[in-house]
Amino acid sequence: MALTTYIEAIRQGIWEEMERDENVFVLGEDVGIYGGAFKVTEGMLEKFGEWRVIDTPISESAIVGAAIGAALMGMKPIAEMQFADFISCAFDQITNFAAKCRYRWGAGVPIVVRGPSGGGVHGGPFHSQNPEMYFVHTPGLKVVCPATAYDAKGLIKSAIRDPDPVIYFEHKFLYRHPRVKEELPTEPYTVPIGKAILRRTGTDISVITYGAMVYTALDAAKELEKEGIDLEVLDLRSLLPFDREAVLDSVKKTNKVILLHEDTRIGGFAGELAAVISEEVFEYLDGPIRRITAPDTPVPYSPPLEEFFLPKVTDVIRVARELYAY
Amino acid sequence: MADTKVIMPQMGESIFEGTITKWLKKAGDRVERDEPLFEISTDKVDSEIPAPASGVVQEILVKEGQTVHINTVVAVIGDGSTKPAAAPEAKPAPTPPAPKPAEVKQAAPAPSAPAPQPQRQAQPQMQPLAATAAAGVRSSPLVRRIARENNVNLTSLAGRGTGINGRITKRDILSYIEQGVPAIQAQPQPTAAPAAPAAKQAPAAPAPAPAPSVTFTGDVERVPMTTMRKSIAEHMVLSRRTSAHVTTLFEVDVTNVLKAREKMKAEFERSGVKLTVTPFFVQAAVNALKRFPVINASLDGDTIVYKRAINIGIAVNLEWGLIVPVIKNADEKNLLGIARSLNELGDRARNKKLAPDDVKDGTFTITNPGQYGGLIGTPIINQPQLAIMGMGGIKKRAVVIDDAIAIRSMIILSLSFDHRVIDGATADMFMADIQKQLENWSA
Repeated sequence: MALTTYIEAIRQGIWEEMERDENVFVLGEDVGIYGGAFKVTEGMLEKFGEWRVIDTPISESAIVGAAIGAALMGMKPIAEMQFADFISCAFDQITNFAAKCRYRWGAGVPIVVRGPSGGGVHGGPFHSQNPEMYFVHTPGLKVVCPATAYDAKGLIKSAIRDPDPVIYFEHKFLYRHPRVKEELPTEPYTVPIGKAILRRTGTDISVITYGAMVYTALDAAKELEKEGIDLEVLDLRSLLPFDREAVLDSVKKTNKVILLHEDTRIGGFAGELAAVISEEVFEYLDGPIRRITAPDTPVPYSPPLEEFFLPKVTDVIRVARELYAY
Repeated sequence: MADTKVIMPQMGESIFEGTITKWLKKAGDRVERDEPLFEISTDKVDSEIPAPASGVVQEILVKEGQTVHINTVVAVIGDGSTKPAAAPEAKPAPTPPAPKPAEVKQAAPAPSAPAPQPQRQAQPQMQPLAATAAAGVRSSPLVRRIARENNVNLTSLAGRGTGINGRITKRDILSYIEQGVPAIQAQPQPTAAPAAPAAKQAPAAPAPAPAPSVTFTGDVERVPMTTMRKSIAEHMVLSRRTSAHVTTLFEVDVTNVLKAREKMKAEFERSGVKLTVTPFFVQAAVNALKRFPVINASLDGDTIVYKRAINIGIAVNLEWGLIVPVIKNADEKNLLGIARSLNELGDRARNKKLAPDDVKDGTFTITNPGQYGGLIGTPIINQPQLAIMGMGGIKKRAVVIDDAIAIRSMIILSLSFDHRVIDGATADMFMADIQKQLENWSA
């Protein structure tokens, strides 16, 4: 059986849901004839027709607004942001309309807003951002960040079926990375929103992370294993809601924790996790809660600067050694 | 279900012990979490204590009327699988001798720790963190919890930590426990006597003369003092011993204040606030305290501590004693706000609903000796404050104004102040300020 890339897994997930439910449709910039800037929707126009694969003008606000309207009329739209950076153009539609409809008048808005986020591909400040926290801070939304092909497919399907708005952040660095290819089950499956998964079990330090940083954590764990430092790696997969139980269980087990993300530091998800950990399991901590994040700057365009900006395996190793010795 | 130990809570920072006044449940009773379990009386407040967990009261370890250190286990709540034990004999839990400070500083090696194996349950248990966070021994929240759960005194691990800067890590304490815990009961911290912090301010205070014992030959009834009574007694004697009390008296014409009150009363009532004359005096005192910050200060050794907040304590007379709830940040409140705080604090005091925080951090106190017609009072300073104002009774008097006799409502205000810090001139200028405000009050 062939190995499936992360991007192909997303495509398959959407494809299967469109076959399963005729209310599911995609809209976005260049999703039709061109097949999407990264080819997530390739072949869909031919298969499902122009009524279900809709090319739009360059207006994220209009794309999401149209999706919300369609959702309120019973459809299940998937709105593509060509780059997740531009989701800010649709911020008002997402946070003030999609997120609040159920609360205000009981109307669910079953839309998926998806797009490529993250750095590591020399995309510069407008094509590399991690905008997840704007939405994690908005009650009424769900936010997911898959790290593997299996999860990418399982989570897009759960997102499409979800009765409420789901913001689905793909990591573009993982799209075609050979390491992320894997054999997917032939039978249909979904991955539940709000459930984390242990990528590696360990006894000394929990590294809690998501997205492309899962691999950074795993590589660091491999190195540290040689020194007898045993990392546990927890992949959150969903940020809103996040798997509080899995986080607390892991910390209770290892008693030391590193919070790792590619997003910048202030207001990043690590801060929220740190607060929850110290509130709930303070008496299980055998050392300070440590964060490893990008610094508080835009994502640099220059390759050496971008490399400096992104959290690296060596950062995790250094912090883990300090924390182990603490 | 694991048994839950019910402890004597700490009701305020400087509180070290509490008396169980009443058990609301008996051994064998079912209790729900947060349901009132017992009533306590401490130096500061009387309060109902809720059950920390649901279950069956397995054992009651401290009898009604007994006084124990904070964090002493007073009862055990279990799932009911263990047969409830009877309440213990009225043998008071022995208060362990406080080690001399010098002994605590040096990390005592385990074997020499003065640990006569005490009866486990009745022994006053330590406040969890204080028990194990021994001086100079660095650890972590996890290590302290493990230590507490295993009755390990962390001082026995002093010098054995393998973490950074000799910090005791999880590995250290686990291996220590594995090697066989010398089950040392956590040694009590040296609990300072309640008077100690304030006594520090009076370095040269002479020891009080021993009180004469009562030698009355007739029939007597001997009633032990309540916790509150004892606390007031200690505090009053301490204050007399600490401060150089001087009292100054000011006669003040409050006719305008009474007029203002009449005028505003109905309006305040519409806001649900009963307006007495006291808020006017609080307001005037607050304004004067802003201009004379030394009256709002404290003395700490040789240092005068000026406080930014103005928190006015108001002495409230209760059937069972006296308590001084505090209007916090009174300088940020208007008359309505002050009156509302007074109403609320008074109600809470009378209904025994004061929280420890309600009686903390006062910076100046007002008392009302005129309540029952007294003309003048010379109050004792509420330590560690520097002054207290007494309000005499308001009476109509014939007063000479511009060589004519007028009928005016008069009050005598007294200010007892600490002459160590405040001289008479300052105290009188402060009182003159209050006098001027009150006499010129315009509604």
